[in-house]
Parts: sequence; C-alpha cells; structure tokens
Amino acid sequence: MKRSEDIEDRLFKSIKIKEKYVSVVTILILVILWQWITYFLRIPEYILPSPTDIVSSLIRSKDILWLHSLTTIYEAGIGFIIAIIFALVIAIIMNQWKLFKVSLYPLLVISQTIPIIALAPLIMIWMGFGSLPKVVVVVIVCFFPISVSVVEGLATVDKDLLDIMEIMGANKFQVFLKVKLPYSLPSFFAGLKIAATYSIMGAIIGEWLGAKRGLGIFMTRTMSSFKTSDLFAAIIIVVLLSIALFKIIEWVGRKLMPWNREL
Amino acid sequence: MVEKVYMANVNKTFQEDDKILKVLKDISITLNAGEFVSIIGPSGCGKSTIFHILTKIVKGYGGIVKIDGVSIEKQNKKIGYMPQKDLLMPWRNLLDNVCIPLEIQGIRGKDRKKRVEKLLPIFGLEGFEKSYPYQLSGGMRQRAALLRTILIDSDILLLDEPFAALDAISRSNMQEWLLDIWQKFKHSALFITHDVEEAIYLSDRIYVLSHRPAIIVDEIKIDFPRPRIKEMTLTSEFIGYKKRLIELLR
Ligand SMILES: Nc1ncnc2c1ncn2[C@@H]1O[C@H](COP(=O)(O)OP(=O)(O)OP(=O)(O)O)[C@@H](O)[C@H]1O
Ligand SMILES: [Mg+2]
Repeated sequence: MKRSEDIEDRLFKSIKIKEKYVSVVTILILVILWQWITYFLRIPEYILPSPTDIVSSLIRSKDILWLHSLTTIYEAGIGFIIAIIFALVIAIIMNQWKLFKVSLYPLLVISQTIPIIALAPLIMIWMGFGSLPKVVVVVIVCFFPISVSVVEGLATVDKDLLDIMEIMGANKFQVFLKVKLPYSLPSFFAGLKIAATYSIMGAIIGEWLGAKRGLGIFMTRTMSSFKTSDLFAAIIIVVLLSIALFKIIEWVGRKLMPWNREL
Repeated sequence: MVEKVYMANVNKTFQEDDKILKVLKDISITLNAGEFVSIIGPSGCGKSTIFHILTKIVKGYGGIVKIDGVSIEKQNKKIGYMPQKDLLMPWRNLLDNVCIPLEIQGIRGKDRKKRVEKLLPIFGLEGFEKSYPYQLSGGMRQRAALLRTILIDSDILLLDEPFAALDAISRSNMQEWLLDIWQKFKHSALFITHDVEEAIYLSDRIYVLSHRPAIIVDEIKIDFPRPRIKEMTLTSEFIGYKKRLIELLR
C-alpha cells in the first residue's frame, strides 16, 4: 500500500519535472529559431537584435542596467508596500461597515477603467519628475487587485465559522482576528501576486514619461538612439525582476500558510 | 428547579422565494439540570434546526424558547454547542483548534496547553497536536471538535451527532468517556443521534421525531440505573426499548 503510493508520488513528481523540461526546451528552440532568422534574413540589429546581440548587450551594460534597476526596484517596492497598507485598511473598513462597501466599491471598479497611461502624465505634471510620481503610479495600479481580493476574501468567510465563534463568546475583534483574517489570507496572496507584476510595470510606465534614472527612462533612451539590443536587455531585466518578486511572494505565502494546499 | 432548556410548541418554517418548507411543528422539549436527553429522528426531519434555534444561528420561530429560564433573545450565556460539521479551522493545527474557546476566554498560551495536553490522550489525539485538519481522519476531527466543545466550559451541552464518523470501537469509547465527564461536571446534555442503541445507552429520556415536518411522536424514559454499563445492551429491557424505538421511527 505504502509502496504503491510512493511510486505514484514519484511518478507524479517526474511528470512535473518533465513539464518543466518541456517548457525549457520550447524556449530554447524559439531562441535558436530567432538566432537563425536574424542571421539568415540579415535583419539589422536596430530592427531585431539576435539573442547573442542581446546577451552581449546585457554583459556590456550590466553596471548601468543594475543602477537603473535599483531605482525601479526602489520605486516599485515602496509603491507596492504603500498599496498593500492602503488596500488592507480600505478592505477592512469596507468589510466592517457595509455603507462604505456599498458606496466605495463601485467607485473602485470604475477607477480601474481609467487607463493608467492617460493618468500618468497628469501625475507627472502635479508631482514633477522625481521618484514620488512613480511611486504614486505604482500605488494606483497595485491597490486595486489587492483590495479587491481582500474584500472578496473577507466577504466569503464561512458563515458557520462566524456563528460558532459567536456561540463560543468571541467578540467582534476576536472574530476578525481569528477567523476573517486567516480565512482571507489565501486570496490576499493571490491579489499580491497579480499586484507584484503590476508594480514593476507601473514604475516603468512612470519612468517612461520622464525620469533621471530607472529602467523606463533607460528604455526610452535606447529607443531614441536605436540601441534596440539594449532595449531588449532591459526587457529581460524587467521580466526577471517581475518573476523574482512573484516567487518571493509565493515563498512567503507558503511559509505563512503551511495549511494551504493550493500553493 | 428551572429547566436548562425549555422549548414549548416551537414551530419553524423556512421560506426561500416562494418555496415554503415546514420543518418543526409543535415541538416541546425540556432539558432539566443534570439530565442527558437524546433527540432521535429520520434524516432531514429538522433535528439540527432545533439546535440552530437554541444557538440563535437561525432566527424567527414560533413558540417559546428559554435557556436557564431566560428567553433566548435576552440570554447571552455561552453554550457548549458542537455542530454537525466539525468546523475546525483549516489554518490552525489540532492543538490550536481545540484551544479556541480558551483563547476567547483570554487564558494564556501556556495555561491553555497545560489544560488541553492532559485531555488529548483520552480523546486519542496524542501525537497529532501539530497536524492540520486536512491531515486528520474524519473520526479524529470529530473528537477534536468534541474536545473543543467541552472546553467552552458551559454547563449546557448541545451535541449534534458527535459520533457519526466514528467506528464502533472508538464510538463506544467516546460514549463511555462522554458519560464520565457528563457525570463529573454535572452537565445537562441534549444529544442528537441517528443511532437507536446509542440513544438508549446514554439517555435519561429520548424524544422521537417524525419525518418532516417534525412532530414529537413519543418521549421515552429510559429506566436503567447509572452509571451505565455496556452489559446492559444485552438485557431484554434494552432490546425492548430498541424494538419500540425502531417501531416509532418507521
Ligand atoms: N437555513 C436553512 N434554510 C432553508 N432550509 C433549511 C435551512 N436549514 C435547514 N433547512 C431545511 O430544513 C430541513 C431540516 O434540516 P435539518 O438540518 O434540521 O435536518 P436534520 O434532521 O438535522 O438532518 P440530518 O439527520 O441529515 O442531519 C431540511 O430539509 C433542510 O433542507
Ligand atoms: Mg442534522
């Protein structure tokens, strides 16, 4: 019995490993194809750089890329944290006072339909070209997925659990702390994961419109000087940063919720 | 002496849209101090609903419902209620789940542990303190839920099929243990069950309910002396009670 379970377990794991393997191979094939196409069709570097061009750009510009990354990470990180705090406060208020939810929730959803790319220049006009407007853009794009997921998490708490807490004599605060909060933790983390990728993107959009430093301004500069392979190098950094942030959140979530089997 | 639980001519209808479901009809149940009373009836007849009214989970009913002589709307007493679903919290391990009532009372972590650790072996939960509910068997979860209920520290117990998920042997052990603490702490217990033998073995009185809408078909007094011993299940009186109950439930 035990043994057959072991075998099944291993089989399952090996399938998972194989899946990873397949995706790596797919990417490799695409990269090789890309290399060939740029080589055989003689595509100029400023139109589409080959993978080797991009790698050499990455190596050549690694110091400056690092410097710009630091600014972007800083803006995205601060914005992300502020967004989390705001989102939690608003979500909790909306959960405790129904009136708030009824009046605020539709507004929240509507605000999301305003394209950030239209809003960002306005924020720049108001706040200048420093880090602040970038942080604000990040807060705006991250706030929504986090607050919505927490509101939904809090709203779907098992009513039976709330009932039994009350019967055991728990006060409102205890019910919140011991049931509502842990219950909505998984959906909070689901929202965090979405917001994490948004945060890097938000910072870059902000920088795009004008900044002293940051991957966004680096990208606009490379474009205006037709250093396309540098642009691609920056894109790769953005992807890596987003994935790293995503993985960190996943890891924290697993540590915080060992009972959650969906992670 | 005042009744611990007093229900007189209680009626309950659920209404959803235009569908009306009559569940309880003229239900009168009393539980005196120190008594062990069972409620037995077919599945879906409204047994759990009786407890939901008593615990104010379900609101709106006809009739009179009192706990400790005070109508439940004004009564704020804690009740040792064990729901039919175990309702353990998936994010708490077994020990922390069981400790919730003590936590709510503001008892410190160390004292909580001390108190609960003594009880774990009796409940067959020793060595699983750190396990999460999904790692426990159905029977263990039920025992954990029962232990949690006991720790609520109320003199009134409302137990909704607490042993339904247990095998015959641990069921029998838990029954004996329940009678033990019930006697020791002078609880007054209302006990819902499907199991005729269990009801006879444990109870002073048994209310037999009909199919929905539930009325009380009979109230049977069980005249066995206490403490109860397992051998009594083999006596002809016991079999007589059993026959009568099965007849009533048909
Ligand atoms: N909150 C509710 N809203 C609507 N209908 C309900 C509600 N609670 C219970 N019912 C209905 O009332 C009836 C009795 O339910 P109840 O849970 O009391 O039965 P039960 O005797 O405990 O059944 P079982 O033996 O299966 O536990 C069922 O038909 C159920 O669908
Ligand atoms: Mg029931």
